[in-house]
Amino acid sequence: MGILEVKNVSKRFGGLKALSDVNLSIKENSVHAIIGPNGAGKSTLLNCLVGKLIPNTGSVMFDGQSVLGRAPYEINQMGISRVFQTPEIFGDLTVLENMMIPCLAKRDGAFELNALAAALTQRDIMEKAEHMLEEMNMADKRHMHAAAMSRGDKRRLEIGMCLSQEPRLLLLDEPTAGMARADTNNTIDLLKQISEQRSITIAIIEHDMHVVFSLANRITVLAQGTPLVEDDPENIRGNPKVREAYLGETA
Amino acid sequence: MDAIILQILNGLDKGSAYALIALGLTLIFGTLGVVNFAHGALFMIGAFCAVTLSRILTLSHTIVDPERTDFLGNPLKVEVPYIHDLLGATAGDKVIDWAVPLSVLFAIPIMIAVGVIMERGLIKYFYKRPHADQILVTFGLAIVLQEVIKYFYGANPIPTPAPEAFKGSLDFGAALGFDPNVIIYPYWRIVYFGFSVVIIGGVFAFLQFTTFGMVVRAGMADRETVGLLGINIDRRFTIMFGIAAAVAGLAGVMYTPINSPNYHMGMDFLVLSFVVVVVGGMGSLPGAVLAGFLLGILESFASMREIIAIIPGINQVIIYLVAILILLTRPRGLMGRQGVMED
Amino acid sequence: MLKLTKSDFNLMLLVAALTLLAPFILNPFPTDSAMAQFNAGYPDLMQRFVIFGILAVGFNILFGLTGYLSFGHAAFLGVGSYAAVWMFKLLSMNVLPAIVLSVAISGLFALVIGYISLRRSGIYFSILTLAFAQMMFALAYSVLTPITGGETGLQLALDDPRIFGASQTPGGNIPVPSLFGLEMRESFDLVLGAWVFTFNFGYYFCALVLLASFYLAIRIFRSPFGLMLRAVKSNQQRMNYTGLNTRPYTLAAFVISGMYAGLAGGLMASMDPLAGAERMQWTASGEIVLMTILGGVGTLIGPVLGAGFIKYFENIFSKINDNVLHEWFAFLPDGIENFMVFIIHPFIGKGWHLTLGLLFMLVVIYLPGGLVEGGQKLAAWFQKRGQKTETSKSKIEPAE
Repeated sequence: MGILEVKNVSKRFGGLKALSDVNLSIKENSVHAIIGPNGAGKSTLLNCLVGKLIPNTGSVMFDGQSVLGRAPYEINQMGISRVFQTPEIFGDLTVLENMMIPCLAKRDGAFELNALAAALTQRDIMEKAEHMLEEMNMADKRHMHAAAMSRGDKRRLEIGMCLSQEPRLLLLDEPTAGMARADTNNTIDLLKQISEQRSITIAIIEHDMHVVFSLANRITVLAQGTPLVEDDPENIRGNPKVREAYLGETA
Repeated sequence: MDAIILQILNGLDKGSAYALIALGLTLIFGTLGVVNFAHGALFMIGAFCAVTLSRILTLSHTIVDPERTDFLGNPLKVEVPYIHDLLGATAGDKVIDWAVPLSVLFAIPIMIAVGVIMERGLIKYFYKRPHADQILVTFGLAIVLQEVIKYFYGANPIPTPAPEAFKGSLDFGAALGFDPNVIIYPYWRIVYFGFSVVIIGGVFAFLQFTTFGMVVRAGMADRETVGLLGINIDRRFTIMFGIAAAVAGLAGVMYTPINSPNYHMGMDFLVLSFVVVVVGGMGSLPGAVLAGFLLGILESFASMREIIAIIPGINQVIIYLVAILILLTRPRGLMGRQGVMED
Repeated sequence: MLKLTKSDFNLMLLVAALTLLAPFILNPFPTDSAMAQFNAGYPDLMQRFVIFGILAVGFNILFGLTGYLSFGHAAFLGVGSYAAVWMFKLLSMNVLPAIVLSVAISGLFALVIGYISLRRSGIYFSILTLAFAQMMFALAYSVLTPITGGETGLQLALDDPRIFGASQTPGGNIPVPSLFGLEMRESFDLVLGAWVFTFNFGYYFCALVLLASFYLAIRIFRSPFGLMLRAVKSNQQRMNYTGLNTRPYTLAAFVISGMYAGLAGGLMASMDPLAGAERMQWTASGEIVLMTILGGVGTLIGPVLGAGFIKYFENIFSKINDNVLHEWFAFLPDGIENFMVFIIHPFIGKGWHLTLGLLFMLVVIYLPGGLVEGGQKLAAWFQKRGQKTETSKSKIEPAE
């Protein structure tokens, strides 16, 4: 029984079938990559997991509870954090403030009318945020406007923000898309380090095979809205079906 | 039955004005992505074009008429419009009488110029700024335009009558076989309705059948791609702004005999026209027109004595209520594209 | 101090000094001098400064922090005024219950309107709030006349019940608003040489309320709640995926800012016990927006400065007429004098709204950050110049 169980999920947009009968099980503490050519339905699947889309049929269970019909913030509170393709951070706020917000959300829940306490005197929050910044090697940037940072740093901050919530499942949507080689490698190292040091499950949707094979210990190949194979990285590499789906080679 | 027909007819002229203003607002929002709070002011400026032309036509000089005397026996001084000297008394009077329809010709170049100046001088700097900034700067502009008009024309409404030929009413009921005098409809309102149908049809035909219109429609759908094709979309959008201004202005010109123009008529119509745009669907031209007429007619029904007796004050708020309902249940409006602003 | 950081405490002190010393600060010119027309230290105007200050501070909690532009905020001001006047009619002339009711009722209205309007964002939110305000204005003007007094407005009468007070004074007049017997219109003049300074009880009452409101606003800005509101403005998507429900945050901000507006309305009625529908019109809402923007959206002191600025110049501009202008330009040759008067004439007196509209545009175009940003830019410029001269000095020194 995995921590995330996707059963018979289908999603249609009008006449277009984006997902048909997807079954997927993500084991606890694994790094599970979902790969596939463009239009395979990767993003649709991801959006079904976080509450942005509701599938037409099927079920999505996280740790024994259904996530379907819940708003994104509720699913996040259950323990699923999401990293976006383009870093979604609070650009107008400082790096430290960015980090404080998930810490507050973790402590206080989805809404707390905490209008009279001073934010800077919340010692537990401040300590946690500072600690997380140090772990992400960003402590020196704490008073910088988040929007002014490089793409790689924004990504780092976003991942840090997600981790500070101590999620049980971290979903990453092409975390290295549009990055320079050095930034890509940094991000890979960071994710490796995270998966080794923390008891956390990582699900990663990725295009870049270099990233996938450096990180994943389980891979699902999606093609035309349905899982083609699920296997260990070594076996995926040589699988002719995958090559066909990916490269259009006829067997 | 006759009461219903009467209310529909009564709603048509206000509905026409709503539809014309909303059409311009939608053109501007759809092509330029700008929320123009100064659009009501353009309607108002159009109305004052009519006032100005009728004042120009009645410009007079004083002559002494030797044939007539005042009660003291002195020769009478009379004001003679210059137009009499130019065209003779009969033709001159005719022209003065037809000042409002003539103002349409007078207003077109003025309104296009006003629109183009507005776009080039102000709006174009706001394409990339947030909607809130657009709202605020055009709101400021609306105040300025309104106050300038007030400075030159005063605060009181200025009666601007329709030509003599269109005074009086048509007994619509008798024509349809009802009792006479039940459904009476002023001629000028028929003219106004016909006029707006022509304008609306003209705009749609223009967008549908000309290359210019095709590019503009493509630009409404996807601005960046059209820009990539090497088409100077900006200049076309400027012209589009001029056209939208002209449509609002002409709506104002022809509205003057129905309601005497005053400096705040633009603001009064603006808020309602925005509501119309929202109900029709942001960015949908047919939606704007449809919602304009529908809401005009709805408002006229809500003003019926029988309705007010049941729900007092409903005539004042009906349009807002409909807008709130639409925004909450179907935010893309009656005919808006799916997914537009549905978030 | 007061649980504020040092810079916030200094800001608080600055506002306190500005408001409490206003009778001096706003009366810099001797009473009989020609410049006395620029004095603003009389009670009626000073009261307007602080009341509109409260209004703008409250509006800023919504617009400045969350970025939701409400175009119908004047409706809450109107509701607050009506509630206060009704308290004066029914209960007593004590301002305290009147103000409490103003805040409560406008909070209730804000809760309902906010709950509905906040289901949409961007221009849709603006149009929704605008539609609600226009609706309330139209109703107050027509059908609700028994409650609102319609066109004439809601006024006190000699036969109002005032169950805890007196319907009439012994002299047969309508009693005036007071705080436990201290009348709001009470004031005394301090004559210092050629200067006359007026201290008005109503003004000081309003000023204290402003200080309390301002203090509360600082606390909200610096709180986790305030941080969340700024985060809403910055990125709603990230908020949702960080496990935060944005709607209660924005609704709370809307209600708080509506209550500030109600407070301002209650104070307005307490200074002058009548209420009219024109306070709710959308141009009035526009003025609130302008004050906030002119001062500096999202800054603490900006809205207070903006409100003071606009109300001061409204007063001055409305007073200037052609005669005054001729006096000013008397030193010029006649032709140029007349020309100058001709040029300036449209902007003064009744032309104040024209000036206001132009100001609105200029601020949005050139100074989106308002006066506060302008001040900062100016300070930075001076600093730069100062540094330049310093560095040039230090360059010279080693050579010597």
